[in-house]
Amino acid sequence: MFLINCPFCGEREQSEFKAGGEAHIVRPKQPTELSDDEWAEYLFMRKNIKGVQFERWNHVHGCRKWFNMVRDTSNDQIKAVYKMGEKPPVK
Amino acid sequence: MSNNLRFKTSKFIDETYRVSFKFNNKTYFGFKGDTLASALLANGIHLVGRSFKYHRPRGIMTSGSEEPNAIIQLHDNSSRTEPNVRATEVEIYEGLVASSQNCWPSVNFDIGGINNLLSPILPAGFYYKTFMWPASFWEKYEYFIRKSAGLGKSPKVADPDIYEHKYIHCDVLVIGAGISGIMAAKMAAKNGFKTLLVDEKSYLGGSSIYDNSEFSKINNQIISSWLEKEINEISKLENLEIKTRTSVAAFHGYNFLLARENLTDHLPINQRENKVRQRLLKIRAKKVITATGSIERPLIFDNNDRPGIMLSSAIKRYIDLYGVACGENNILFTNNDTAYETAMSLIQRGIKINAIIDNREQIDSKISYEVEKNNIKIYKGYTVVDTYGYRRINKISIMKLSKDGQTVIGDKTKLNCDCLGVSGGWTPAVHLFTQSGGKLKFREEDQVFIPNVYPSDQISIGSCNGDFGLEEIIKNTLSSIKKFLDIDNSEYKTVETISGLNQSKRNIWLLPSDKSIGKTKSFVDYQNDATAKDIKLALREGFRSIEHVKRYTTTGMGTDQGKLGNMHALGIISETAGTKMGEHGTTTFRPPYTPLTFGTIVGRNVGEFFDIFRRTPIHDWHVANNAEFENVGQWKRAWYYPKDNENMHQAVQRESKAARDSAGILDASTLGKIDIQGTDASEFLNRVYTNAWSKLAIGKCRYGLMLNEDGMVYDDGVTTRLGENHYIMTTTTGGAANVLGKLEDYLQTEWPELDVYLSSVTDHFATISVCGPNSKKIVSKVVPDLDLSDEKFPHMSFKNSKIDNIKCRIMRISFTGEHSYEINIQANFGKSVWEKCMEAGKDFNITPYGTETMHLLRAEKGFIIVGQDTDATLTPIDLQMDWIVSKKKYDFIGKRSLYRSDTIREDRKQLVGLLTENPEEVLEEGAQIVADIKKSPIEMLGHVTSSYYSPNLKKSIALGVVKGGKNMLGQKLIIPMENKNINVTVADPVFLDKEGERLNAKL
Repeated sequence: MFLINCPFCGEREQSEFKAGGEAHIVRPKQPTELSDDEWAEYLFMRKNIKGVQFERWNHVHGCRKWFNMVRDTSNDQIKAVYKMGEKPPVK
Repeated sequence: MSNNLRFKTSKFIDETYRVSFKFNNKTYFGFKGDTLASALLANGIHLVGRSFKYHRPRGIMTSGSEEPNAIIQLHDNSSRTEPNVRATEVEIYEGLVASSQNCWPSVNFDIGGINNLLSPILPAGFYYKTFMWPASFWEKYEYFIRKSAGLGKSPKVADPDIYEHKYIHCDVLVIGAGISGIMAAKMAAKNGFKTLLVDEKSYLGGSSIYDNSEFSKINNQIISSWLEKEINEISKLENLEIKTRTSVAAFHGYNFLLARENLTDHLPINQRENKVRQRLLKIRAKKVITATGSIERPLIFDNNDRPGIMLSSAIKRYIDLYGVACGENNILFTNNDTAYETAMSLIQRGIKINAIIDNREQIDSKISYEVEKNNIKIYKGYTVVDTYGYRRINKISIMKLSKDGQTVIGDKTKLNCDCLGVSGGWTPAVHLFTQSGGKLKFREEDQVFIPNVYPSDQISIGSCNGDFGLEEIIKNTLSSIKKFLDIDNSEYKTVETISGLNQSKRNIWLLPSDKSIGKTKSFVDYQNDATAKDIKLALREGFRSIEHVKRYTTTGMGTDQGKLGNMHALGIISETAGTKMGEHGTTTFRPPYTPLTFGTIVGRNVGEFFDIFRRTPIHDWHVANNAEFENVGQWKRAWYYPKDNENMHQAVQRESKAARDSAGILDASTLGKIDIQGTDASEFLNRVYTNAWSKLAIGKCRYGLMLNEDGMVYDDGVTTRLGENHYIMTTTTGGAANVLGKLEDYLQTEWPELDVYLSSVTDHFATISVCGPNSKKIVSKVVPDLDLSDEKFPHMSFKNSKIDNIKCRIMRISFTGEHSYEINIQANFGKSVWEKCMEAGKDFNITPYGTETMHLLRAEKGFIIVGQDTDATLTPIDLQMDWIVSKKKYDFIGKRSLYRSDTIREDRKQLVGLLTENPEEVLEEGAQIVADIKKSPIEMLGHVTSSYYSPNLKKSIALGVVKGGKNMLGQKLIIPMENKNINVTVADPVFLDKEGERLNAKL
């Protein structure tokens, strides 16, 4: 079970958090101008990488804040956490 | 008690304290300190169970948690009964009752033993291959297979014991209290680390605590004496917590471990009342030191499973620790030096050793010379080829091994014995290490897997790290711990060791026999009766991956997870397939290391705490007034209120009629309530609901529908504008938490520029809904200050008011189609306001109604319930709710998806009303809807989502989803049921008062 360093609260048990899928997928500003395929790309397509992945997490049983995490899915190592809107601190 | 088997020399056994216990209905005696296994052996009992598949007699094989055979049922037929307990782990107490499993009528005469004679036709995969045809017969086969297989019996009544969970945080966790573990714990604690030391046994010191051998010494002291001093010292350390009888079950990522602490299992039953039996420790350690030791390997030869065949290290433990001789005429069979330690323990007590069979041609160690000096015959370069004796071994036959170890040569010699100790070397106990995600490497020279890559801040030391020699163990433990903890080693200046053992080994995974492999039964997995022959068969049939071979042959799939035989299975596979060890993978060790009770897993979350429920502020009134309850999410909601002997149908019919004829009252406190504030609150609502919100006036209410980004209906509810920048949103009862989460998600991640704040206020308000033609009269009595005239307080509007000086919010909104009010008041006053309404409504037959009536009343009006009439595949268009989808708004959540090629299909399932041909016939919710029953296969058009008998319309009504239903008004469809077909007509989903006359009636 992970020990997650919430950018607002500090280290907490994984059971306080909820995973929210891939990070840095921006909701299109003008969805009506997108083709079906372009909209489907935004709506349905996710990477699911084996290796370093950028993810959204929510401290749902804590401060309720969403934040981003860089995690290696092959060994569950958390490389970094950072606030929404910030640039990833690692590549 | 057979006196010649018990030696009164052990300090771990209290000979002044005699304990009586029952095994298979017969009373025996042991001493305090005995395990069930040691006490049975002292009574000359080896045969304790029958094997899983062939029902072969099986005896005690080991002395620890790796035991595959001696699994027994404790306290059969009592509330404390427990199946599949290892006799080697049970500490005996006065009154213990144990019995054999998997045998009938008795362990000595077991009818299932016929399977042993049938074994030539019961190969690996027998059940898979045989019971495939005809497929429909499986259920019949299964009944008999389940009956004849299986281990112990599960308890039939509630567990009387108490269990609990406890969190522990420490700097250093040391698992295993052998030599390395104790040294590590002392070094950690003395250097300021908050340390926890756990061991599964009731004593500290591991297998060295009874090592009184003159051949191995530490600082010139015999090992047990040296260890006792160390234990004495660490037990006084302040920084160190020690827990015995504590077995680590799981080692998860980020150094999170689960351990089971056994607190009362060793006590007589009458001393266990009101005590916690087992505790699940949830340990988060900064650093973990694994010192779990190693498990002795058996040897794989024909008929290697008879009672009386044991691990050589177990024989040593029984004699040295418990003072029990396992046999009076022993033979040891080994491929390495450790069996000679057992030999010395036997020699010291004058117990007969008939011979030692050693696979090795050359043996060159002090201890082996010493054994030879005692006139023990050692057969060098020999192997056991067969064993004899049904309920207990009585003979073995041996032959000379060829040079390459692949065949046997020469003549067969028979030797008598009543106990055969086997030693195939040692396997590091890397189970916890691999559970944590650690990667192993194979060490060719002594054929063991050892830890290689650590996934977290942890280290393995001692023999679980592949260090077997005493000098190696101590030297490497010291240097590893020093480095791992970054400390100076001030605790152990010089530790000098001497050892009479040599580390040489002649490893042969499957020992050769003079018989062909098909005629042998060389067991690899004792508990699941998997033999070397089965593994070879699996390879012949094309299985390659160890995970496949394991499942096909069931090797390693027993309750012991193959702690003894897994290495041999891998070895036989690699030898047969001509591959390198580990090339076909190693099996995965999964938690728990040893089985856990369900009690330990659930802890205190039993009974009313199993699934904690939420109560509304008015709950007690519902209970006092005979309500039946329904679970909605975590809530207990009043379902209906039966009067006099009414059944559910009768109560709901009465409640529904009363609500439309005069007045009804509903506890709606469970509806989710979200307080929304901020200068962009209106814009925010515009984006999350399908309809427009900017122009909603202060003091007005509006119904809103919320979609997912894929365009499917997610939630609905009425939102009220309380002020310029202040709204209160209601959500469905079950959806409240998810809606809040979703709104927060969009606010924080997509629209952080919006000035909006959300708080859940669901629990802060009690919500009472009063409806019906007389609702106005009732509410005017309860809230006298409020002008309820249609001009001042029209439908879909809101007023602040007071009841007895307590502030409240009143909305005129309706989920029933009747004139109705919703009173929201601070939760603590909910019950008294409810009672006020009941009192005010007395003259109008005010009738409390529950969720079932609520559902019926809204169905009459064709109002949907999200989650009942919708299932995340329906858009608002599918629900025929086009009117609520704004055409003008540029964007809202899910808008773009409403015109994807898939969502604009005409033949999507759409919500319709259904009327039965026979008005008395009520459809079943979930029933399938079809048009043509003659066509094969019948095309399913949809299903019934809501169905009731309406007392107000005096007919059956239903809602359902039907492919292309929008254009099928008036069309006849069929609902096929088990013994009849019901004819229905597609109708408008609004069954009652489509014009809204009731809602707008002048009252």
